[in-house]
Amino acid sequence: MAQTNSYGQSSNGVSDESPNMLVYRKMEDIIARMQDEKIGIPIRTVKSFLSKIPSVFSVEALHLGTLMAAHGYFFPISDHVLTLKDDGTFYRFQTPYFWPSNCWEPENTDYAVYLCKRTMQNKARLELADYEAESLARLQRAFARKWEFIFMQAEAQAKVDKKRDKIERKILDSQERAFWDVHRPVPGCVNTTEADIKKSSRMKQPHKTRKSVYGLQNDVRGHSPTHTTTPEVREPTVEVLQQQIQYWQAQLDRHRLKMSKVAESLLSYTEQYMEYDPFFTSPEPCNPWISDDNTLWELEASKEPGQQRVRRWGFSFDEVLKDPVGREQFLKFLESEFSSENLQFWLAVQELKKRPVQEVPSRVREIWQEFLAPGAPNAINVDSKSYDKTTQNVKDPGRYTFEDAQEHIYKLMRSDSYSRFIRSSAYQELLQAKKKKSKNLF
Amino acid sequence: MLGRASSCDVTPAASAVSCVIRSFRGSLSPVGKINNNNSGPGERYLPRKMAAQEVQPSETIAKLKLESETLKTKLEEERAKLHDVELHQVAEKVEPLGQFVMKTRRTLKGHGNKVLCMDWCKDKRRIVSSSQDGKVIVWDAFTTNKEHAVTMPCTWVMACAYAPSGCAVACGGLDNKCSVYPLSLDKNENLAAKKKSVAMHTNYLSACSFTNSDMQILTSSGDGTCALWDVESGQLLQSFHGHAADVLCLDLAPSETGNTFVSGGCDKKANVWDMRTGQCIQSFETHESDINSVRYYPSGDAFASGSDDATCRLYDLRADREVAIYSKESIIFGASSVDFSLSGRLLFGGYNDYTINVWDVLKGTRVAILFGHENRVSTLRVSPDGTAFCSGSWDHTLRVWA
Repeated sequence: MAQTNSYGQSSNGVSDESPNMLVYRKMEDIIARMQDEKIGIPIRTVKSFLSKIPSVFSVEALHLGTLMAAHGYFFPISDHVLTLKDDGTFYRFQTPYFWPSNCWEPENTDYAVYLCKRTMQNKARLELADYEAESLARLQRAFARKWEFIFMQAEAQAKVDKKRDKIERKILDSQERAFWDVHRPVPGCVNTTEADIKKSSRMKQPHKTRKSVYGLQNDVRGHSPTHTTTPEVREPTVEVLQQQIQYWQAQLDRHRLKMSKVAESLLSYTEQYMEYDPFFTSPEPCNPWISDDNTLWELEASKEPGQQRVRRWGFSFDEVLKDPVGREQFLKFLESEFSSENLQFWLAVQELKKRPVQEVPSRVREIWQEFLAPGAPNAINVDSKSYDKTTQNVKDPGRYTFEDAQEHIYKLMRSDSYSRFIRSSAYQELLQAKKKKSKNLF
Repeated sequence: MLGRASSCDVTPAASAVSCVIRSFRGSLSPVGKINNNNSGPGERYLPRKMAAQEVQPSETIAKLKLESETLKTKLEEERAKLHDVELHQVAEKVEPLGQFVMKTRRTLKGHGNKVLCMDWCKDKRRIVSSSQDGKVIVWDAFTTNKEHAVTMPCTWVMACAYAPSGCAVACGGLDNKCSVYPLSLDKNENLAAKKKSVAMHTNYLSACSFTNSDMQILTSSGDGTCALWDVESGQLLQSFHGHAADVLCLDLAPSETGNTFVSGGCDKKANVWDMRTGQCIQSFETHESDINSVRYYPSGDAFASGSDDATCRLYDLRADREVAIYSKESIIFGASSVDFSLSGRLLFGGYNDYTINVWDVLKGTRVAILFGHENRVSTLRVSPDGTAFCSGSWDHTLRVWA
């Protein structure tokens, strides 16, 4: 879609546009296609516009068209409200001079001149709407001292307009009005010129911002509240480049999986969980948001886990650890095997990481005493490497002091105790779920 | 201020006091505040080499640049070698999805201006939302009752988060801070009085999230960094440098054992970070514009992103590449926020064209388009149990859909 543009594309062709410009350019591409002599729409009615947007349902086409109108790319010729309707009304394309990609930020003084000029034109169709009359009154108060000057400007413009050809004047009037409909929309309509403040500063060429439609003097815009100046691109230093090289090297050394394997994994995960996904499988007894009945949440809060919930623990060790009832059951099981200290250690370390930083050192010592110190009451078994590392770490206690030991214990539980838990009679009983009480309510 | 070596790129004439906050782009890290002492909030910076110090020989730089580029190209080749099939091709064997009926089930009205952010409480029904008008509101979305309201001292509260315990909320924005407010059961109590200032950045706060504890908060900022903070002391625990522009979003990995998170920024990059060391462990750069939102796939093996280039994309961490693009010719406005349904089969995207598009993650097709909001959708999250999702919009409202 080669379209020449002067919106600041960098020389290597890679678009470095601000997000606003990106969207304007896309809308302008569509406008260009619409206006194309061969494939575009006949400049009569907008009905065929609906069939020109490829692969789109007409509701969506109307919506997109309305957005383009709201941004000021075309407009209904006899309505202030900028929408696109499928009712045979006529529309006109906006002149590129007024396109939003020109970074217009017209000032109130311009709006005052415009409204003032309108009152000088004795045409019924140019009569001010109520909201415009109110705006004019407000501006007259605000610019009371400047008003003579504004009035003069308006007069001068009205004079120039009178000299124009009638049809040309009609078209220009409508385009100008549409411009102001974008920048001073009818109350209740969306103002599409509102910007996301996080991005508002990143206009590619801030000095290109056009503020005055009629050539009046305006104050220079100050810095955006989110940024002070646009940064320059700097040459990276040796240090930085060396870091980059290290980084790329580390990435190259990474072990990667083939797409086919990864795709299979994504498919099987999704398949496994679709019965738990309320958007596919209605939750039992019902979705609270749809039925206005929150029994589902009350059941989940109860200590008795339903069959579906218990089955989920069998998907992975993490599912047991995630669910508080799962953890409880697993702990019970470990107690029966006299290895509950493993889970208790793991839980204690998780809890340690959640503590405020000040409490960490003392808690580290407590955990050490209870689980790892020689003669500890709840001694856990870790490999010697992790043990030595932890012994060192304890001297400078922090949130990650027990990281190696915790990982070792996690792997141990996952490869050993967890599989026995899933095969245990305790778990199997829960899986056979006696009938939920709620079903026997009456 | 002039006495601080290399902090500010100023000539004596330009050293007006107004030049307080400045952020470097490119490969340098953000600069600290004027009164930055080294124990202050994480502003590690690489000092610019002043003219007085040794000049870098340009051949060395050129050589290193070449080496860096060569390695980068090699990495792309290695990644491409494993690209033996497309996700949607493998997904052809999966049953196509039927028609969905998703409607607005609740509308939350009460904000006086654009809704910028929202988050769910773990209780699956409460929500916190923040707005351009400086208000932060806690709702029981199920009943639509407002339960708490706080007025922030600044406008544009761009980020808010619910604490895991449900007893506090965090928020911030143009004030460059992240503050924590404990939620009182006493409705009459002035929440603002108990406010705790936790994070301090040198530019706007774009996102915040509690880790799985009330005691730690992860933040991202327009100053190009992310940071992990201890709530009680306000101490900076770790900072994350590597983005070359504003960081707009972040998401914590869902693992019970993991210590990673992903962030997205205006540099079009999505970075995966190790919370322990502050290192960037993986990076993806395929978007054509700002990344506004990142969210992990529920297994934690992949994540999705939404961007101003009007696409959403899926990146898999094991394959180390982008594995799907969700786009349509008729969608030309940016995606502001994304989230997965519980199984990961659906990706919900809120867009700047006021709509929500629902994507089949595996097949790459759109399965629904939801109309309703009357202005941009700025934020979107699926509820903790996946029974609904909530969207917030510049039309001042929030909607819960199911």
